[in-house]
Amino acid sequence: MKAASKLQRMCESGNFVVTGEIGPPKSCNGEIVRHHAKMLKGWCESFNLTDNQTAIVRLSSIAAGKILLEEGLEPNIQIVCRDRNRIAAQSDILGASALGMKNVLCLSGDHQKFGNHPTAKNVFDVDSIQLIQILDGMRKGYFANGEQMKDEPPQLFIGCAANPFADPFEFRVTRLEKKADAGADFCQTQCILDMERFERWMELVRARGLHKRIKILGGITPIKSVKAAKYMKKFVAGMMVSDDLIERLEKAEDVKAEGLQIAIEQIERLKKMEGIAGVHIMAIAWEEKVPEICQRAGLAPRPEV
Amino acid sequence: MIVGQQKPLAEIKAEVVPFSKLLILGCGTCVKTCFAGGEDEVATLASSLRLAFKKDGRQIKIEELTVERQCEDEFIKEAAAAIARNDAVLSLACGAGVQMVANRYAKSPVLPGVNTTFIGILEKQGLFTEKCLGCGDCVLDVFAGICPVSRCSKKLMNGPCGGSHGGKCEVNPDTDCAWQLIIDRSKDFGQLDRLSTYVPPKDWRTSNAGGPRKLVREDHII
Repeated sequence: MKAASKLQRMCESGNFVVTGEIGPPKSCNGEIVRHHAKMLKGWCESFNLTDNQTAIVRLSSIAAGKILLEEGLEPNIQIVCRDRNRIAAQSDILGASALGMKNVLCLSGDHQKFGNHPTAKNVFDVDSIQLIQILDGMRKGYFANGEQMKDEPPQLFIGCAANPFADPFEFRVTRLEKKADAGADFCQTQCILDMERFERWMELVRARGLHKRIKILGGITPIKSVKAAKYMKKFVAGMMVSDDLIERLEKAEDVKAEGLQIAIEQIERLKKMEGIAGVHIMAIAWEEKVPEICQRAGLAPRPEV
Repeated sequence: MIVGQQKPLAEIKAEVVPFSKLLILGCGTCVKTCFAGGEDEVATLASSLRLAFKKDGRQIKIEELTVERQCEDEFIKEAAAAIARNDAVLSLACGAGVQMVANRYAKSPVLPGVNTTFIGILEKQGLFTEKCLGCGDCVLDVFAGICPVSRCSKKLMNGPCGGSHGGKCEVNPDTDCAWQLIIDRSKDFGQLDRLSTYVPPKDWRTSNAGGPRKLVREDHII
């Protein structure tokens, strides 16, 4: 059974979908989540709550999701395979569902090497595609072991990630197809900082008709500085930043304003791209700019569905 | 083979400090091949330890012996007299060898001198690489002869993750992305299509997740 979350209704309505992202703090201070929730309320259909992203211990995504619900926002719980085996993952899904959460994004998870606990042991009992399959089974009333649930199954709208900027390029589309086959309803892409490569990826996606089977939301991250752009290009695996984009930022008098302008232009371009169902805005440490981006990109107000 | 690496001298020294008569026991199979615990390494380590203790103004009596394999009772029997003459054994075998010796010689402290690292191969002179995790349920047929369990940093059965870049793994740029290799080899065989098939969660019971494993061969029991 599917979730009938607002995100699902928007995806099915044919409207251009907008999702956002909130990174929980490195503390138990829920007020920080609440502050972001108040700031972003109404600008997106649903907000991802990252799950110990970059393997740094943070307030849990499900707990943060509960704060969003209290504030009247719809959460999209990220869940990584790095920290949970199939027992913990299913338990967390039941818990999140009991609290009223319906959207779940399944990820492998950043390796612990990149975080603040590099000496930790990872789990990886299942991978992200297997997790999607498990969740798809759960919403049909079955646990991962095949056992039938004796009560209402959790209502879930299942998401996944896709990275068109990682290698090997063509297999990236196969992997998205496997995610769709496993039961993913929507996909949020890695942030697009090389539009030409993204377009080529979408051509392959359309050639296989995948855009008709899974809602694809293009990842948007406004860039704050030339240094950040160059760092991502050089040091972050699975990220591509086009030279054009760096050059544009370098030439700009006001780099931050240019970064926002580029993000807005990208959204405009994605709106016209066949097979794109919406955007996922990840304004990392720049959440306060989300309303402005949405306003200027013609994404406000959000339609009622 | 089982690949191991000798522990740093300072760590070994700290382990053996309480003893005045020490047997360094080498193993002539896997750890000899990877230059961690064969006859030569036993001799070098014995000299280094003697020197290190001499510097501290301490005398330590060190005896050297290497047996064919420490993981077989047949071979460690040979060490009985030497073990009896000493206060402790510093074993340069893998973890299995150390425990085999400890098991047979219950009254002697047996200390590890080697860190057992992995099941691997000699890729080229001076380079050993991991190829197997001993998961107990080999899936190399599905993955074109490249093991994602031991060679993918995230053990992905349906990889690659978003951190595969230029054929390398994001966790270590010196490490090949196992999934890039799986895809390339599958392509070479004309079997790339097989990788479109969903691989279900692994049954980890045959691995260490199921606790210490046993293999019984009824046909060999006397």
